Amino acid sequence: MSPTDPLAPAPLDAPIEAPLLVARGIRKSFGDVEVLKSIDLTVPRGNVVALIGPSGSGKTTVLRSLNGLEVPEAGTVEFAGGDTVDFAERPTKRQLASLRDRSAMVFQQFNLFPHRTVLENVIEGPVQVQKRPKAEATADARALLERVGLGAKADAYPFELSGGQQQRVGIVRALALKPQLLLFDEPTSALDPELVGDVLDVIRELATEGWTMVLVTHELTFASHVADTIVFMDGGVVVESGPPSDVLQNPREPRTKQFLHRLLDR
Amino acid sequence: MNESLWDLLLRSFLPIVGGAVTGTIPLALLSFALGLVIALGIALMRLSRVRVVSGIARVYISIIRGTPLLVQLFVIFYGLPSIGVLVDPWPSAIIAFSLNVGGYAAEVIRAAILSVPKGQWEAGYTIGMSRGQTLVRVILPQAARVSVPPLSNTFISLVKDTSLASLILVTELFRQAQEIAAFSQEFMALYIEAAVVYWVICLVLSSAQSVLEKRLDRYVAH
Repeated sequence: MSPTDPLAPAPLDAPIEAPLLVARGIRKSFGDVEVLKSIDLTVPRGNVVALIGPSGSGKTTVLRSLNGLEVPEAGTVEFAGGDTVDFAERPTKRQLASLRDRSAMVFQQFNLFPHRTVLENVIEGPVQVQKRPKAEATADARALLERVGLGAKADAYPFELSGGQQQRVGIVRALALKPQLLLFDEPTSALDPELVGDVLDVIRELATEGWTMVLVTHELTFASHVADTIVFMDGGVVVESGPPSDVLQNPREPRTKQFLHRLLDR
Repeated sequence: MNESLWDLLLRSFLPIVGGAVTGTIPLALLSFALGLVIALGIALMRLSRVRVVSGIARVYISIIRGTPLLVQLFVIFYGLPSIGVLVDPWPSAIIAFSLNVGGYAAEVIRAAILSVPKGQWEAGYTIGMSRGQTLVRVILPQAARVSVPPLSNTFISLVKDTSLASLILVTELFRQAQEIAAFSQEFMALYIEAAVVYWVICLVLSSAQSVLEKRLDRYVAH
């Protein structure tokens, strides 16, 4: 992989041994419902961490806490070489911005900007936020779109694309920011079954290229192939975590077994 | 219809259209532009999580919508001088109309902002944008599309409401018609002529609205 490859992860400024991200004691309630009861999460550099579990288990809320889209009541998020954001003290705008500078997110519903073309969607962050020269950002964006098979769609509007194409644009929009960490929130859940494969292929490719990712997914087979760590959540706690060969093939906890049985019996 | 009436209608046509061109139209355009700026500010205040700020916006909208435009106009032109503030007819009219548009359009803009899905704000934040940047670059362009039809209504109403400015001595379309009518005593003919000119202006605005709607709809599936 050459250093100018637009798909290459951004260079890191901290020693390589430290995990890229450590979250500790994340707690979050919505009204009276405690959806996260002290969650710890470690994301080593270059690893793929998959959050799995039944709906309502809190996995999406964990993901959204990592970039401050949800502000937990307590807990810390620390990026290697960055400040520790302590949610117990109300995080400042600057702290939230630093979380978002280091990460990029791919949404279940894509959330592309409907009033901008595919290319404009992709260069919006690099040009408007990162203040990169437009020509350079455009060239990078075109190369990225080419990589995911959408080079010809650069000037299309999102409504002209299929769901699978929109989600690939969503991934490219995230990659164009050159983040240290990619966050995926059920990236294939809103897609027709026949379109899921294309999107998973792109994510798999990113995993093999060494991107650090946290992925909320219901695609267990996919997760078992790409993830280094599976985190099984239920009722706002991490029930079990470890390599896929442990958690998915030989689960220790009864709740994990029950969840896997229910899914595999379908 | 007799010959002299025709003649009167023809001779009064230029002064009436002149009143539209030098009075009605600039008055409406200027008041609407200023009114939209006020409306955007009031809409954002109304959406603020700070109670006092949204409260002030709420009271403003309530006063504007709860009192007649004619009374607002009279308070500024005839009322203010009695506390020592003299405002000329034109500025009085522009102040009254833009404050009025500000109140009505604020609710339209607020609703349009709320109609943009929350995921659009989140997408803006996750690519690193601030709240203000997301508002300007992501939310408002989408809100604009939604608010064109109701704002066009506001504008068309405003064009007609500018006739009230004739009562504070602004020389616009209707005042021209009134003066000629008083002089010639042909009230029916002159007021219908004025009505027709208003109608034509509004027809032009309606078609401008459709053009604008089509333009803003280009990124939406049909």
